[in-house]
Amino acid sequence: MKSEEIYDVLVDKFGEAILGIDTELEGDPSIQIAPTSISDVCQFLADTDTLAFDSLMCLSGVDLGVKEEVLSIVYHLHSIKHHHYVVLKASVPKTDAHLPTVSHIWKTADWHERETYDLYGILFEGHTDLRRILLPDDWEGYPLRKDYQEPDFYRGMRVPY
Amino acid sequence: MESTQQTESKIIELKPFTDEMVVNMGPQHPSTHGVLRLELRLDGEIVREAIPHIGYLHRCFEKHSENLSYPQIIPFTDRMDYVAAMNQNWGFCLAVEKLLEMDETKDFAVPERAEYLRVLICELNRIASHLLSFGTYGMDIGAFTPFLYAFRDRERLLLLFEKICGARLTYNYIRIGGVSEIIPMEPGSIDEQNYLDEIESFLDYFEPKIDEYNDLLTSNSIFSERTMGVAVMPAEMAISYGATGPNLRGSGVDWDLRRDEPYSIYDRFDFDVPVAKDIPELGAVLGDCWSRYKVRMDEMKESVKIVRQILAEGLPDGPVMADLKAVRPPKGEIYYRSEAPRGELGFYIVSDGTPKPVRVKGRSPCFSALSALQELSRGLMVADIIAIIGSIDIVMGEVDR
Repeated sequence: MKSEEIYDVLVDKFGEAILGIDTELEGDPSIQIAPTSISDVCQFLADTDTLAFDSLMCLSGVDLGVKEEVLSIVYHLHSIKHHHYVVLKASVPKTDAHLPTVSHIWKTADWHERETYDLYGILFEGHTDLRRILLPDDWEGYPLRKDYQEPDFYRGMRVPY
Repeated sequence: MESTQQTESKIIELKPFTDEMVVNMGPQHPSTHGVLRLELRLDGEIVREAIPHIGYLHRCFEKHSENLSYPQIIPFTDRMDYVAAMNQNWGFCLAVEKLLEMDETKDFAVPERAEYLRVLICELNRIASHLLSFGTYGMDIGAFTPFLYAFRDRERLLLLFEKICGARLTYNYIRIGGVSEIIPMEPGSIDEQNYLDEIESFLDYFEPKIDEYNDLLTSNSIFSERTMGVAVMPAEMAISYGATGPNLRGSGVDWDLRRDEPYSIYDRFDFDVPVAKDIPELGAVLGDCWSRYKVRMDEMKESVKIVRQILAEGLPDGPVMADLKAVRPPKGEIYYRSEAPRGELGFYIVSDGTPKPVRVKGRSPCFSALSALQELSRGLMVADIIAIIGSIDIVMGEVDR
């Protein structure tokens, strides 16, 4: 199925939770989802036989710049059964970044969400073990945010070199 | 009367209670393939929980990338999976090239000669990577000899890489739009002929060696006992955890990007995709450690097959680099994945039209595969943990990035 057809299916099912499809940007078209319904939409995509998105290839956070007020979370899904793709996007405000987890749908999302939390500070509600994964537990701040300032010292060690 | 008393006193408790013991395995442990720390919660010899703690090798690849131009990022990809660095270079270049192709105003294509060189070198690199995996796996399990055999042969491959790009481990050979020409090799020259002859003589030497390795380790009874039927990963679990490459095929899923979604010129070559299956007469269960290991051994033969086809055809004439003034992709984004030796290596790149990317995310195959370790190891013995880590073939540089 093409992204546009999947978009139509989703609009029929979820209505206003599907905010739009972005075909202008070069590359794969992405479907914008309201962050509060991301978990339901993903569950639907994974469970419906005609869609059967059984694999979450990649889950990434994106910060487009200091002036942007939102962080995006991008889901790249693939169905090994039907061999089709879809890209989902959800945007959350930087000041209050949280959205439901999808780690109960695809187990690989567990670590990917931890990584996104670690580097962007996005809270995934319902995640069973949301803690830092790549950085030390006592690290302050979220380094991949564009407005991140690195600390001068970490445990007495000078950080900028 | 007396006999009953005796039997009663002999009753032993079958499930004695022991305190849970927490053991840290790693980060400096020879069989964790780098710096992986496992927090093992043990009940005697039984692993109740094995919690991986990663990040010891985190070198901020994604943060660095946001401050570098596209060609400058390639050496950083070398340091992700340093065992198969050619494939990492290629994965990143493929994604950037897809981005560049979106710009319709510019005519852009990777030259034929470069595509052949890429496949040639990356398949040799796949052999080198699987050799290391095979050697260290044997060593993890307790067999030292295969390690020496594997490194002896891998050395010849590293010399071949050194001859073409000057480096043994971190190559920076595949560039955006082609391959590096740091050591010139004119089409049809004596240098090229010598190089291809050398590869051919390596293949002639190496192909029978694979069977020797299978005799040495694959069918070894101690090795089989340790790996067969251990940590079975069913197909649904493998897909759900995002396991790819040999780990996915070891669970019986017939999926290989090189065949199912051919990139570059893989559609021109004839090769099989080894997929594991149940072998009851040996004791191998689909999805166990041995199956994952065996897929790698069989893949080496397929790589040899691909390289032989290139050698038979010969390298085409022409340049090795596309005519690129500057790498400046249009505004857009791409997620592109390729089949690296450890699975599907994906790069998600967001470009705003400037020479530097806004976001680069490396989706590493080991990262996803390692997350399955916790579930795989539950209820097994401590010694099995080593067997699992070796069988999912992780490189920590890629997990932590």
